[in-house]
Amino acid sequence: MFDLRDLYLQVIVDHNKAPRNFGKLAHYNHEADGYNPLCGDKLHVYLDVNDEGIIEDVSFEGEGCAISVASASLMTEAVKNTPLSGFQEKFEQFQHMVTSDLAEAPDEEALGKLAVLAGVREFPSRIKCASLCWHTLKSAVTDSQEVAKTE
Amino acid sequence: MFDIEKIRGDFPILNQEVYGKPLAYLDNAATTQKPQCVIDAVNHYYACDNANVHRGVHALSERATADFEAARQRIASFFNARDQREVIFTRGATESINLIAASWGGANITAGDEILITHMEHHSNIVPWQMLCKRTGATLKVAPINERGELVMDEFESLLSERTKLVGVVHMSNALGTINPVESIIQKAHAVGAKVLVDGAQAAAHLAVDVQQLDCDFYVTSAHKMYGPTGIGILIGKASILESMPPYQGGGDMILTVTFEKTEYNDIPYKFEAGTPHIAGAIGFGKAIEYIESIGFDAIGKREKELLAYATAKAEAFDGVRQIGTAAHKACVLSFVLDQVHPHDLGTIVDREGVAIRAGHHCAMPVMQFFKVPATARASFSVYNTEAEVDALFVALEKAQAIFA
Repeated sequence: MFDLRDLYLQVIVDHNKAPRNFGKLAHYNHEADGYNPLCGDKLHVYLDVNDEGIIEDVSFEGEGCAISVASASLMTEAVKNTPLSGFQEKFEQFQHMVTSDLAEAPDEEALGKLAVLAGVREFPSRIKCASLCWHTLKSAVTDSQEVAKTE
Repeated sequence: MFDIEKIRGDFPILNQEVYGKPLAYLDNAATTQKPQCVIDAVNHYYACDNANVHRGVHALSERATADFEAARQRIASFFNARDQREVIFTRGATESINLIAASWGGANITAGDEILITHMEHHSNIVPWQMLCKRTGATLKVAPINERGELVMDEFESLLSERTKLVGVVHMSNALGTINPVESIIQKAHAVGAKVLVDGAQAAAHLAVDVQQLDCDFYVTSAHKMYGPTGIGILIGKASILESMPPYQGGGDMILTVTFEKTEYNDIPYKFEAGTPHIAGAIGFGKAIEYIESIGFDAIGKREKELLAYATAKAEAFDGVRQIGTAAHKACVLSFVLDQVHPHDLGTIVDREGVAIRAGHHCAMPVMQFFKVPATARASFSVYNTEAEVDALFVALEKAQAIFA
């Protein structure tokens, strides 16, 4: 059985306490809202993609539980200064990690620090907390006008 | 003599471990557990008497009908309805309110009318009225609450006028525990000619309700918060009002004669019970009420008061806990937020200690907005809970604080 410490790893607690890339960007060209009606988590992401198609800057605002804040914080670190064309693959890797069978070890090479969120698989009601930010960023990338949900 | 061990023994589900810890079920405001006698009554119906009601002439149907109607009679007498015809079976309090909004509201509410509710209503006593207002052009008014989570009575009174056609008020708030002064609310509403709907979903398991003494026009509740099955509840209405209302849904059982030209509706309560009802649920509900009566509201009230006082004292002494809902007159609910720990994280952490609480908006988002919190953690007590379970909750809170320290 998972220990709670596997969910609330120090890195998650840290990112919740001091989220990276928090606040509104001075300059951005994509943005989107995310909302989880079940628990009331709200998220807004800002994205600045340059002419070369690189995510030059990314940030988020909102309120939510430790898992959702830490996940958003870690996500911004993971995608900053990376090509926008690679986002979809990262999105899918993350989705796979948080929904895969418990026996499957997370692909740490591909996921890097994001692998610390693999523990949510043990807590089905909390998976959406971790994935809301990714759905929201996806909305921003595709310039969807709809509020992102995790369904 | 109140025998907690005997009472706990009546509820088989309580005797289990969750993640290797004894279960402390403190989510009774969401739903209560079921005593063996209710489980047996439902089983017995399916094992021995299963048949449709009000239809067959065969033995099983006669037995099913007799038990179904006996449950209605027991419920009527429990709430002191004038007549069992005033008790309509529904899927629960939510459906009961929707029935009133659609049927009574559709026939009686027009543009310019007002419906008055309170700031502490459950979504089920907000949204049906918003829908009705949208259909009819009526206006929804909301009476405010104060920092303790109590209805501000003079503001409530000032919102009452001859335009007020209906007052919808929760008897006991599921998010705050506040018990509203419904008797006085009903008198004041009647004085301006308004009808009153009391949402008793949270209250009916905890305090004696006498619909004649209250003189409410409608009282609604759900069985599953009263040790009964899910999917069954009631609307109790004054017969004269129910008789004047059009049917809610059409179908079998709610008719006397049907031709393609015209249908003659059945009398109350059947006029509002289209289709095969939740027969097992109604029988289980009747048994749950028998169970409550066997303990008695004096003993239930005394015990639940002790538990709330014990938990409240612990919460007050606990560094970082802010209680949401501190009404002078409240019961069974300890709603709170803990510094540095989001309620959803708290819910997950205490769950691993075997403690089941609710974390969220409790289907009362306007209450969360009033207290400027996204969500609260809520421990809610029932007659079978113990001080040791409250202790387990507070030990788990310490653990949560340690994780986030």
